[in-house]
Parts: sequence; structure tokens; C-alpha cells
Amino acid sequence: MSKAGLTKEQKLQMYRRMTLCRMFEERVYYLFLEGRLPGTIHQSQGQEATAVGVCSALAEGDMITSTHRPHSHAIARGVSVKSLMAELFAKETGCCRGKGGSMHVGDRDAGMLPAIAIVGGGIPLASGYALAFKSLKQPNIVACFFGEGATNIGTFHEAINMAAIWDLPVVFVCENNKYAASTAVEKVMKIKHVSERAAAYGIPGQTVDGNDVELVYDSMTEAGERARAGKGPTLLELETYRFAGHSRSDPGHYRNTAEVAAWKERDPIARYEKKLLEEGLLQPESVEDLQSVISRELEEAVAQAEQDPSPRPEDCLNDVFS
Amino acid sequence: MSSARVGSDQEVKGREMTMVDALREALREEMRRDERVVLLGEDIGIEGGFGGAFTVTLGLSEEFGHHRVIDTPISEAAIAGIATGAALGGLRPVADVQYGDFLFLAMDQLANNAAKLRYMSGGKLTVPLVFRAPVGATTRGSQHGQSLEAFFMHVPGLKVACPSNPYDGKGLLKSAIRDNNPVIFFEHKLLYGSKGARKEKGGVQVVAMVPEEEYLIPLGKAKVVRAGRDVTLVANLLMVHKSAQAAEVLTGQGIEAEVIDVRTLAPFDWPAVFESVKKTGRLIVVEEDNLTGGWGAEVAARVANHCIGYLDGPVRRIAAPDTPVPFAPVMENFYVPSVERIVAAAKDLVLPH
Ligand SMILES: Cc1ncc(C[n+]2csc(CCOP(=O)(O)OP(=O)(O)O)c2C)c(N)n1
Repeated sequence: MSKAGLTKEQKLQMYRRMTLCRMFEERVYYLFLEGRLPGTIHQSQGQEATAVGVCSALAEGDMITSTHRPHSHAIARGVSVKSLMAELFAKETGCCRGKGGSMHVGDRDAGMLPAIAIVGGGIPLASGYALAFKSLKQPNIVACFFGEGATNIGTFHEAINMAAIWDLPVVFVCENNKYAASTAVEKVMKIKHVSERAAAYGIPGQTVDGNDVELVYDSMTEAGERARAGKGPTLLELETYRFAGHSRSDPGHYRNTAEVAAWKERDPIARYEKKLLEEGLLQPESVEDLQSVISRELEEAVAQAEQDPSPRPEDCLNDVFS
Repeated sequence: MSSARVGSDQEVKGREMTMVDALREALREEMRRDERVVLLGEDIGIEGGFGGAFTVTLGLSEEFGHHRVIDTPISEAAIAGIATGAALGGLRPVADVQYGDFLFLAMDQLANNAAKLRYMSGGKLTVPLVFRAPVGATTRGSQHGQSLEAFFMHVPGLKVACPSNPYDGKGLLKSAIRDNNPVIFFEHKLLYGSKGARKEKGGVQVVAMVPEEEYLIPLGKAKVVRAGRDVTLVANLLMVHKSAQAAEVLTGQGIEAEVIDVRTLAPFDWPAVFESVKKTGRLIVVEEDNLTGGWGAEVAARVANHCIGYLDGPVRRIAAPDTPVPFAPVMENFYVPSVERIVAAAKDLVLPH
């Protein structure tokens, strides 16, 4: 049960958002296999509850930073699906006008900076954005997403320490999906939980079941309130798992099938669906209805993206300076 | 671009190899030869993993063990610094970043420590270190496609290698490992030639004959890939192939281009370039890096200094525009120097107006 007292509409909204994230990624996966999208992709199937739980606890005007694996963050934050799809298709109508691509999607007006694909590179941006919020006396906070792999890079230490000493309004959200590319977290971290690192900065740290969207929502709400009240940052560790490979071509042979299967049992969407069905908030028919609505929305986004104009080659020369 | 066979295959007997195979063989041979050679990097030796971002180290941890193929956390600054420290302490580390763009994270350790410790110690210390980095634009946008050679060429105390084909790749990597100085070793993603899952769209299937028997290619020796009398094209990495293709096109139009593969940028084989320019009287430098401050600027300046009396026209440079690497393929194709641009520049320079 959510401590935050989620309304029925809020719960259904989180369920819908998670389903949209999942179906978007599945659609994109096939578009990739068909060779219709350039570049590479890092997908987030299995991590929907972290993205949606965190972003659902944000207010208008808040900001998120993201990583090389940003699709669900963008959808959860409300970046338009059409502009995301168009960006993956490298079109002029994309959220970065074809200049960014999958690893850099974002839309500041929707509350998401372009994703940073240098591991850990977004963490100082989050602290910096929070510094601006604080200095400009805006009532907003930043949610900073990164993987557990990023907690071993210098910017993690430097940027969290500064946010801590200055009580900046930022929540550091570590999506611990156990692997950084092929590297299991135990190989590169001596402590058991990323959240233990919070002690080094004198800020609260918490480890949460990242596949339980309501728990994620609750912990983010609490950390967000703290940040908004001027009490400084929190380090949230959300334990989750990516169902897909690290990137487009990764078959994931470094993980054993039992482990993958066990995590699939904890699929955040299936779990929440079951809960909402049990609570009587959701009916089996409405699940199907929702899926077909989303399918249509995605097909429209794909059709639109395919029709949309490409940038002109020489557009490459614009936007270097303001 | 399709199949290309480069360099020494007329002279060389051996096996056909891709860049990935050749680099792996270089690592394997040097690791067998010298126990002090160790590898450091992310995802390089994990069971069931990738063998590094581009499979170059695949299988090496099985042969040499995890104490010599050392998987690291994502910590580029420390990878570079620890490799430097280990080199000071007697190992001969070959470290890598998954994409060259991450060299910026390692820059402090490479430029301030690795490059300067010999000097600062009054010549008492050596830093036998190789740092491998894949460069080049491959539709991954602004943070996974830069060409960074010029940044490192600018730092005294660093050597910089940039092979265009498997034969050179193997010979240069072996020399780099045996060198007692830090060598930044650039590899172009579109030249790896790996097949299957890691194959890149637009990749050049470069194969070269690589001899069974051991050979080394010295750092600081350029190679004339193709002789010609009318214009000199100086290039590195992928641009060697584009220049060679341009030269093919130009031949059909009566222009004979000489193509020089610099192979290393530091040390730089100035005599090879000067000699060619003195013969042809015309120079075009072709690089994938941004124009301003690219390594081609240094070549232009030196040639102006040493060959001014021989030049029949202005030195031309073909490089990427001064923008980040764009994502959309239509823009990326505009950004990366093309065969057409090289051909047009050569015609403009050589043909009477
Ligand atoms: C500084 C840097 N080093 C290496 C990489 C290559 N790389 C991309 S994603 C990744 C793994 C990241 O793991 P984690 O931070 O846990 O995020 P996840 O992929 O699990 O979402 C690596 C090594 C990079 N993008 N940036």
C-alpha cells in the first residue's frame, strides 16, 4: 500500500505509463531488427517502474537527467511519443531535430534535459540544475537517473558531494539493474548496496524494490519533499533488472538464464497489473483496451515519423552556438 | 564503400585478416612474449561478454587469466592513471576506452601524468603504456563519434598511432607495446571489419595479408599507399581509404594522386610528406576530425615552411566542419569527408582554371 495515498486515477496513470514504456520499447526493437532505425539502442524493458515511479512523483517545472538508456525516462516524464519516435528515425521533427538520436533524447520543455551518453556525465548537470533552482528561488527539484555502473566514476563522487554540502534540491536515482554492459555489480563494488555510499556524503540513502512502482513512487515522494524543503539530496537505489541486452547486438550470455527468468517473474508491469486487478481498479478487458489504444498511438507515431521530413544535410552546421 | 585490400599484400605472404583479428593477434603475441604486458579496460575479459566494445580482446582472458586481462569498473580517469602507475612500477599496460570520446575523462592522467613523468623526473622514469581508443562517426551521435587524434598529438611526451589496415595495425600495436613511452593508439570503428553481431553499417571490409612470422612497424614511418605525380593526399585511418578511392576516380580523369598514410601522427614522418610534396607540388590533407586545429593544420604549416618554393597551389584541407558529430545519417554523411569532396578538391587544384 502506498503511504502517499495514491488515487485510483494516479495508479491507473502509472500503469498506463509503464505499459506505454514497454510497448514503445518493443515496437522500437522490431523497427531496429527491420533495419528501419539508424544507430544503436539501449532498451529499458523491465525497468519501467523506476522511470514511472520517479517521474510520477515530480511536479511541473521539475527536471530530470538521463543516460544512454533514456527511452522510458522520456516517456515517463511525458516527452511526446511522436517526437521520440521521430528522433529515433532521425527526422527533423524529432525532439532533438535529428541531431541527438536514441542516446540523447530529451525535451527541456517537458522537464527532461537531453540524455547524456557518457556514463556519469549527467550527474553534475543535475547538481548544477539544482543549484540554479536554488539560486533562482524556484520551488523545483531535479531527479538524476543513472545506472549502478555510473557510481564508480569520478563525477558521481564529486557531484553528489557538492549537492550534499550545498543542500541542493536534487534526488540521485540509481537504477541498479545489476549489470553495467557485461559487468556484474559484485565485480566492481565491494559494498552490498549503492545506497551505503550516501553515508560518505552525509545524506540519506535508501534501497528500494525498483520493480514495485508504488514503493518507488513513495520513496521518491519522500526524497522529493526533503529536497524541496531545502534539506538537500537523497541517494535512492532502485533495484531492478533489464530484460533486454545491454545494446542492440548483445545476446547477454554473461547472465544465466535462471537469473533472467527469476527477474522476469518480478516483471514490474505484470506485478502491478495483478495488484490493480485484485484491487478491482482494473478489469481484464480494460487491459486489452489499453494495449490496443497504445498500439494505435505507436503505429501513428511510426507512420508520422516515416513521413516526416529529414533534416537537410547542411542543417548539421546549425545550432553549434546560440 | 565495399571491399578494400590495402598496402602490402603484394609483397606479403600470410593470412587474410581483419583489423580486429590482427590487433588481437598483436596483443596475444606480446602477452606471450612478455609477462609484464597486461590489459586493462571495461568488459574486456568477462565470460560470456564482448571482449571489449569491439571484440578485440575476445578470448584473451581464457588464455592469460584475469590477472592479466583485467576488467575494471567504469572509471576512465583511474584506468588511465592506474595504467600509468603500473607502467611506472614495471608493468607494460595496454588499457582501452570503449569509445574514443571517453578519452576526455582520462585526459588529465594521460596529459598531466603519463606524458610528463619522464620529463618531470629529469629522464629517470619511463611510462611504457598503450592506450587504445576507437574513433570515427558511426551514427551514434555527438558523444560516440569524435576523432580525437589532434588533442593528443598536441601533448609533448605522447606518441600517437592511427593505423588504416590490419597489417599496419598489428605491426604498430606490437611496436607501441614495446615502446618505453605512452602511446595513444587510435582505431577506426569502421575499419574493424568484424563480422556478425558487431558489424557496423557502412563498415569497410578491410582485410590485409598478415604474415605468420613476426614483424614490427616502427612508429614514425609513413607509407606511400599509391604513387602519383600530380597531387599528394595525406590521410589517416578511414580517410586513407577514401583518399585511395578518390585517387582511383581521379586516375580516370587523368590526374595521378599520390596517397600517403601517415600511420603515426607522433612521431610524424615529415620527410615522407615533404618529399612527396616536392614531387607533386600540391597537397591535400584529409582527416575526419573537425577542421580547426586538426592535425592537418600542422601538416599545412610545416609544408608551407619547408616546401613553399615547390608548391604550385594553396595547401588544401578536407576535414569535418567545426560542429559536433550529428546523429541523422543525412547529416553525418555531410559531416564526414567524402570521396567526392576529395576528388573535387584535387581537380580544383590540379586542373587549369
Ligand atoms: C564514461 C563512459 N564509459 C563507458 C561507456 C560505455 N558504456 C555505455 S553504457 C555502459 C554500462 C553502463 O552501466 P550502468 O551505468 O549501470 O547503466 P545501464 O546500462 O545498466 O543502464 C558502458 C560501459 C560510456 N558510455 N561512458
